[in-house]
Amino acid sequence: MLRLEPRRSPSQAMVWLTPILAVLATMIAGGGLFMALGKDPVDAIYTIFVDPLLDPYSLPEIFVKAAPLILIAIGLSYGFRAGIWNIGAEGQFIMGAIAGAAVGLAFYGTAGVWLLPLMALAGIVAGYLWAMIPALLRVKFGTNEILVSLMLVYVADQFLRAMVNGPLRNPQGFNFPESRLFHDSAQLPILFDGTRVHLGVAIAVIIALIAALILSRHIIGYNVRLMGSAPRAAMFSGVKPPRMVIFCLGLSGALAGLAGLFEAAGPMGQLTPTLPQGYGFTAIIVAFLGRLNPLGIIAAGFVMALTYIGGENAQLALGLPKAAISVFQGMLLFFLLGLDIFVRYRIAPKRREVA
Amino acid sequence: MTLFKSLGLAAALSMSAAVVSADGHDPLSVGFIYVGPVGDYGWSYQHDQGRLAVEEHFGDAVETSFVESVPEGDSERVIRRMAQEGADLIFTTSFGYMTPTNRVAAQFPDTYFEHATGYQRADNVSTYSGRFYEGRTVQGILAGHMTESNIIGYIASFPIPEVIRGINAAYLAAKEVNPDVEFRIVWVSTWFDPGKEADAANTLIEQGADVIMQHTDSTAPMTIAEATWEGLAEGETGVYAFGQASDMMEFGPTARLSSIIDDWAPYYIERVQAALDGTWESEDAWHGLDEGMTSIGAFNANIPADVRKEAMDAAIQISGGTRHSFTGPINWQNGEVWLEEGETADDGTLLGMNRYVEGIEGTVPN
Repeated sequence: MLRLEPRRSPSQAMVWLTPILAVLATMIAGGGLFMALGKDPVDAIYTIFVDPLLDPYSLPEIFVKAAPLILIAIGLSYGFRAGIWNIGAEGQFIMGAIAGAAVGLAFYGTAGVWLLPLMALAGIVAGYLWAMIPALLRVKFGTNEILVSLMLVYVADQFLRAMVNGPLRNPQGFNFPESRLFHDSAQLPILFDGTRVHLGVAIAVIIALIAALILSRHIIGYNVRLMGSAPRAAMFSGVKPPRMVIFCLGLSGALAGLAGLFEAAGPMGQLTPTLPQGYGFTAIIVAFLGRLNPLGIIAAGFVMALTYIGGENAQLALGLPKAAISVFQGMLLFFLLGLDIFVRYRIAPKRREVA
Repeated sequence: MTLFKSLGLAAALSMSAAVVSADGHDPLSVGFIYVGPVGDYGWSYQHDQGRLAVEEHFGDAVETSFVESVPEGDSERVIRRMAQEGADLIFTTSFGYMTPTNRVAAQFPDTYFEHATGYQRADNVSTYSGRFYEGRTVQGILAGHMTESNIIGYIASFPIPEVIRGINAAYLAAKEVNPDVEFRIVWVSTWFDPGKEADAANTLIEQGADVIMQHTDSTAPMTIAEATWEGLAEGETGVYAFGQASDMMEFGPTARLSSIIDDWAPYYIERVQAALDGTWESEDAWHGLDEGMTSIGAFNANIPADVRKEAMDAAIQISGGTRHSFTGPINWQNGEVWLEEGETADDGTLLGMNRYVEGIEGTVPN
């Protein structure tokens, strides 16, 4: 018989191998699911995982979908390493989108290359301030930032609805709750003709690379890692936990806010109540899927986006129901978390008990 | 604004589009985008019934495809994908698809688009919707007569004109037959969420509502109304409800008073025919009981004969054009006069309706 045996130290090989194993296990179990639904499993898996990479239409869409996930997950990963849990990135995303959109709409019709940077700044500041609520409450009163940040998502969502029903509503829109379409100067430039790949995608990847450098080379990155692995040692070396809380929540809030503005000024081109797509929550999964490592997060963001785009293609091409796609995505996370056990444990033959 | 020219990407895209449209004798490819699952037994289900009717009517001359549960905020990609795959005619069936549909349409001038419930049109974008409020008038008459508590519960989705129009129409009709009637409105901020809709129904029942109306797509409120009829003593009555978008008869055999049925099949068949004939043109269709895009489901056997006749007459008069759901005198909620005696509402006001009429309590959420 087999049994699980603790490893002396976490296996570095397994840290990087388990996500790949999880994808393989998902393909096998998902293939079984698709077979049970009467579809060719190989065809379905190919449509989801390979086809989008080869098809000139789907490939850029993967970038568009992955960008907000990567940007938010990068910010979250710093806090998660340091044991600071921002679960409300979705709310910061929404506030960033509202603030940036408000700036864009305030200058409606005004041309100028300064407008987009100003909108981005507004998005960053709004996301930062929204994250400061749980940060300051934790620092001053010791409240739980998980709860506060999560609850603020719903506040932000209601605020968005109020804005598009009120001050930011399109005056020519028959009272429908949507803003005007942004004018050209307030829309993110498209990088490649005929696609929706916008400037924000490139910025997201650049920010991820900078985050990787800071984490490995800069003292802030060192402190973040130290605080997560050895909080007492971190304190002795001069890391102040309250400052760390403010830094980590502020950073994740600012990046989520920027992602929100990118979504509004990029693919959406306006502010609508349907803007929040759950990117702030999915990014939590992406952060862990990428092992809280910026480079891993880039890869994880693309894998996640791939399953969305591939899943849609499978609906269209093979007539797979949406629910089956959702189950398939759920499997991926299930296997990832399940296989995580092999980082700290290994399978060993069961030793015979001495009678 | 383009920073870099693509690496042959645009060329590849336009080539694949050209291949598809090269052969005019291919079956007409018709695509549908749904906001909910096809199994919602409400809004999306009815659109899918329309799709199936198109398939049956045209047989091999058409080829249909659909994508269900497409989030409105993330729909442009799916619509574009469909156009890219060579769809000749695409129906996008939720309000939130309006801007994405128009944006994609601008890039695919040879593809026809039809957007349900919106107001933005282009040379290759039509809009269509049902005058569902006409059905609400009939429901209001039934609800006003059948309520004993005089409290009618209303589950509303989003505060857009279409939904507010329905509330106002239902209230005016109910008030006319029963001056004591009160409306309780719960906004659930979703088109389809059985859990939230069930919570809303329970809340309304706790507040004393004995007739529930819904402007959401699931059968959950109907199921809950039906459950109130179990184990009742002789002569007691439970809570009544109305089918929404589809008939929902099987979900509330006792509780269901009637229903508003969206029948998209005739319109879809007409538009597909036009596309096949090459006579398709951009237009704005807003059909009601007259064209059958909105129709009234069978009446509950518990409804007394005179009430039945009154509701039926109203439906016949509306479809014959002799009665309008919004006929003055009607004041807005704040007492401001909207329609004078005998005056009827113009479509412009109806399309932009964003406030309640006099007598409804509460505020439209902002």
